[in-house]
Amino acid sequence: MSEPISALNHASFSGIAMVEECGLQGMITLRGDLSDKVLAKAVKDATGQKVPAQREVLVKGDTGVAWMSTDELLVLVPYAEVEAKLADMAGALSGTHALAVNVSDARAVFSVSGPSAREVLGKVAPVELSAEAFQPGQIRRSRLAQVAGAFWMDDAETFRVVCFRSAADYVFNLLKVAAQPGSEVGVY
Amino acid sequence: MSTRLAKQGRLIDRSKKVTFTFNGTSMQGYEGDTLASALLANDQMMMGRSFKYHRPRGVVASGAEEPNALVGLGQGNRFEPNQRATTTEVFNGLTATSQNHWPNLEFDIGAVNTALARFLPAGFYYKTFIHPKPFWKHVYEPIIRRSAGLGKAPDKDNRDADTYEHFYAFTDVLVVGGGVAGLQAAKAAAQSGAKVLLIEQTAHWGGRAPVDGGTVNGEPVDKFVEQLVSELETMGNVTMRSRCMGAGIYDHGYVLGYERLSDHTPGVQGPRHRLWRIRAKQVVTATGAIERSLSFAGNDVPGVMLASAMRDYVVNWGVTPGDRVIVATNNDDAYRTAITLKQAGVDVLRIVDARATAGPLAEEARQLGIRVDPGKAIAKVKGGKRVKKVAICNQEGVGGAREEVEADAVAMSGGWSPVVHLWSHCGGKLIWDEAHAHFRPDPDRPPLGADGKGFVLAAGSSNGPLALADVLKDADAAGKAAGKAVGHTPKRTKAPVGETTAEAPMEAVWLMPANADIQLRMKSWLDFQNDVKVSDVQLAAREGYESVEHTKRYTTLGMATDQGKLSNINGLAILADALESEIPKVGTTTFRPPYTPISMGAIGGEARGDVFQPIRRTPMHNWHDKNGADWEPVGHWRRTYAYVRPGESVHDAVNREVKNTRENLGLLDASTLGKLIVKGPDAGKFLDMMYTNMMSTLKVGKCRYGLMCSENGFLIDDGVVARIDEDTWLCHTTTGGAERIHGHMEEWLQTEWWDWKVYVANVTEQYAQVAVVGPNARKVLEKLGGMDVSKEVLPFMEWRDGKIGAFDCRAYRISFSGELSYEIAVPASQGQAFWDALIEAGKEFGVMPYGTECLHILRAEKGFIMIGDETDGTVIPQDLGLHWALSKKKDDYLGKRAHSRSHMADPERWKLVGLETVDGSVLPDGAYAVGEGVNANGQRNMIGRVTSTYYSANLGKGIAMGLIKHGPDRMGEIVEFPGTDDKIYKAKIVDPIFFDKDGEKQNV
Amino acid sequence: MLILNCPYCGVDAEETELAAGGEAHLKRFGPGSSEDEFHDYLFMRENPKGVHFERWRHANGCGKWFHAARCTQTLEVFGTYSAQTTEPPQEIKDAITAKRPGWTWRNLS
Repeated sequence: MSEPISALNHASFSGIAMVEECGLQGMITLRGDLSDKVLAKAVKDATGQKVPAQREVLVKGDTGVAWMSTDELLVLVPYAEVEAKLADMAGALSGTHALAVNVSDARAVFSVSGPSAREVLGKVAPVELSAEAFQPGQIRRSRLAQVAGAFWMDDAETFRVVCFRSAADYVFNLLKVAAQPGSEVGVY
Repeated sequence: MSTRLAKQGRLIDRSKKVTFTFNGTSMQGYEGDTLASALLANDQMMMGRSFKYHRPRGVVASGAEEPNALVGLGQGNRFEPNQRATTTEVFNGLTATSQNHWPNLEFDIGAVNTALARFLPAGFYYKTFIHPKPFWKHVYEPIIRRSAGLGKAPDKDNRDADTYEHFYAFTDVLVVGGGVAGLQAAKAAAQSGAKVLLIEQTAHWGGRAPVDGGTVNGEPVDKFVEQLVSELETMGNVTMRSRCMGAGIYDHGYVLGYERLSDHTPGVQGPRHRLWRIRAKQVVTATGAIERSLSFAGNDVPGVMLASAMRDYVVNWGVTPGDRVIVATNNDDAYRTAITLKQAGVDVLRIVDARATAGPLAEEARQLGIRVDPGKAIAKVKGGKRVKKVAICNQEGVGGAREEVEADAVAMSGGWSPVVHLWSHCGGKLIWDEAHAHFRPDPDRPPLGADGKGFVLAAGSSNGPLALADVLKDADAAGKAAGKAVGHTPKRTKAPVGETTAEAPMEAVWLMPANADIQLRMKSWLDFQNDVKVSDVQLAAREGYESVEHTKRYTTLGMATDQGKLSNINGLAILADALESEIPKVGTTTFRPPYTPISMGAIGGEARGDVFQPIRRTPMHNWHDKNGADWEPVGHWRRTYAYVRPGESVHDAVNREVKNTRENLGLLDASTLGKLIVKGPDAGKFLDMMYTNMMSTLKVGKCRYGLMCSENGFLIDDGVVARIDEDTWLCHTTTGGAERIHGHMEEWLQTEWWDWKVYVANVTEQYAQVAVVGPNARKVLEKLGGMDVSKEVLPFMEWRDGKIGAFDCRAYRISFSGELSYEIAVPASQGQAFWDALIEAGKEFGVMPYGTECLHILRAEKGFIMIGDETDGTVIPQDLGLHWALSKKKDDYLGKRAHSRSHMADPERWKLVGLETVDGSVLPDGAYAVGEGVNANGQRNMIGRVTSTYYSANLGKGIAMGLIKHGPDRMGEIVEFPGTDDKIYKAKIVDPIFFDKDGEKQNV
Repeated sequence: MLILNCPYCGVDAEETELAAGGEAHLKRFGPGSSEDEFHDYLFMRENPKGVHFERWRHANGCGKWFHAARCTQTLEVFGTYSAQTTEPPQEIKDAITAKRPGWTWRNLS
């Protein structure tokens, strides 16, 4: 294989927040019965994490798991390990009604960081992002202006934003406008 | 003359001079001035001309309600028309131009309309531009267009230099309005513990209370405001934004706030406007009240102004609009203006009070030496571009026995109307308050929220009370009620105690003098911007326009950019009187957002330039772009229409690609095709419902072309389905169909067959997919090496996983061109590298990339249908000769029941055929075929239409497909297609497969 | 602009995150059904001024379909509930009765 290339190849922008394309992240869409023990073990084996509760994300670095829906998780693993982890998972789930599929290349991931990061996201998503309402450990699927997206916080000032790969260019430009210098809102 | 006073001006900083221009003349003002106050300081009373009659007009108000002083602001890519001088803060370098005149403000040709005024009554347009009909398009429309609209649109080639944004805000309590009521309500709500957002449209807190005076808790009101503001600023649960107008209130607590960040400092970094998209659990509208004008003849002459506005100009900006002023009123508040002017050294000639008696303020005025004339009225104001004389008469009567007084300004007050706009936007109802002659919010009928309870509270003078003491009490109670409504416990504090001079009751005066004759009524303006007079509303009533909404549209009352903030109540009262009805029975017109116009930029927010719309890109997008791609939008995707080489036309490029793909080797970026994984024990059963074909019997490793219909039986999508393993299928959808079909599958799984064990995942973008097409397709893959792609190992309509070159891939032996063809899917992150490898290896085999037009031509040569060309939402598989794809073995699938409805089985339905012009030319796309006879409208009967039409370079002639009545039974017949170019195209009905009818080329 | 609570992910979603899906609780008629049954299933819809049951999808969110009971006149929302049901649960019906005594919708009350 050639060197894999992410949608924007680590493009970045600095305004009232730092916006960076994070490069390739291993991602597995896992659909199944989230209360199933076999599934829970497969998640644990792949990520070291338990099955997250509603809208919970359990992540350390590039490994973890996020709650996407009542029957869907997003499993995060290092990009280089995704095929192996997927094979392990498929094996573990072979007798179970579940679907695990590699979506690493179907996504783009951005980080938005800095003291105004909450405000940058607050300009593009119809979501309350005050510190009381949104914290590290929570994931929110919503829209980023005109496209679907999801985000969570790595720490108090850093968002991780996921969108479809084809929309990476749009989302990057969108976040650039939202983070343009002089555009602090001053509420979060 | 209007001039700057030596003292006063609480909002201006006399140490900071500001230079600006008005109609090219350089003028000076101070920081803190509005454009209106600065123009007045320069004795520029006349600021524009009215819309219909081009009458000279001066500023009449001091805030958002201003109808007259509209200017074009800025230049070039920052030009904006129709900006209110009263809400524009001056800055160094501001340029303003007046509007609606030619050649200039002082001398205007259009003013001839005013002489013609009696020929331009209400409904003039409706009455005039009707006959004769042939004049509509080329005579009347140009006249109407030329005279329509105030100001001029910004130059279309000068793109707005500024940026804009939205911001989603969430709060417990939103307080709209930062006057004393808003401040107090915010404090009371915040003290309960609620999260409060307070927005104010101007740059200042306190509203007009500091101008009106009085004391709060024994302190001057401006000190009270100062303390309150600093108190709120220290509260952690309060956010305050000035220069942020509450523009509209909508369902479920949605409120738009319009923040003007840099209108007063253009060019600074950051967005110019921010549109706040606020969700509030409770909204307190503390939007104040607006003074009404009085209807007397000549009330539009520059120099006639609202009494409160005149007071504002003196107190806030140290400007007097005149040297000799007459005050006309029906209430006590206007006496404050007289007193303020007098104390500022302005000669107040007299107070003309329509009432018989006034309150203690009258005594105060008299003691200052101001003459007070009770029971009197203004009969007429004389003067053209400036007030010269004022004729005074008795209020009772028709306006005779006049006394004329020389004056240069008139302050008028017809009483106060609460600003009920925001209350009303989302359904809040009003009640008529007889004592104050105004509508105010009915607290028992507020706008209702998601829980069925009221979510808006009006506070302060926007709720009716006008005296400072009542305003503060009302606002305190509203703030506490809002806090309570969002689940907090208000503090048991006392409302601040306000004190002002007591006032005698106002008296409703809708016309001055009460029985003014027609000559006076024809000069008594209601709507200043749109030139609607008392006589126009009366005429409308006589002509049968009894509904207030009809009268509004017939006369254009309240339809100008100010939306009748001054004129509406006066107009209603005149209408009610003319109809011999009562004001509450006539009712108001509907209040619609925004409160004042907001910029298009703010509405669009970030959506401009690069982010106007999402453009979806495949992993090879940049390569296409660098290699001559002529782009075609397909949904949000951009696909290459053709790769145009230097010196080629797009048409040349398409023809080259078409021939090369059939003769050598073509590459198509097919990454946009949707790919859905469908997995589970019930996946086969489920796909049998989704597709008209049988998918459950498909063998692992094989592919099948499938059709999807809606429950109505109409075709919605098609594509190749591959069976991956025992319980997994991969379904290809059309480009742009992936999300829609994914949603369609989820809908049936979640809402109808929720007990079926099936999961679906959209993996469209996981893969870059390349169609390798043409006689040399196998050769290039074999050159790259890896998996066996021979006919024996990978036959037509099968797929295999493997490696091609160094690339992990899934290879499908499928063809949409009739050629030997492979579609190879690799991980998206490898897409560009794989494409590069194919281009490099393909050189010796004559490789060329091809675009969507070539794709279309190749499939049309083969008679393959395209969803969206041959289908339009009304076409069923039977129309397209696709009976073979409708499984007869299945009891049910989506669309099956519909196909047995009588109309679906009707033999008269138009059916798919091929079409060839008699002369080899290309049929126009979408052209209709005409048959014998005419329909009820005398038009020729239609018997079909063209669905796809191309020039085929391989066949050297035009080819087309179309739906024709009885088409398959009419092979060889000639059908006529009238074009929009007045030509008649003749085409022969032929078999839709034009090329390689036996499919030998793809089967090698 | 409405806000509806998605019963699957628990988010109070504003309308821009949602896609409307028309009337709720339609019974599907397929092959074997009469012309009238099929016609009504495809085309006939309630159009009440007042209590209404609708389907919505949290399209820009968790992707799940759900049901909402609301008043078409005041936009009051009585509740949202699972899509995997053929009629509203009792607590939804009770919530409506408390607010709109005497309501009916198709054969529900």
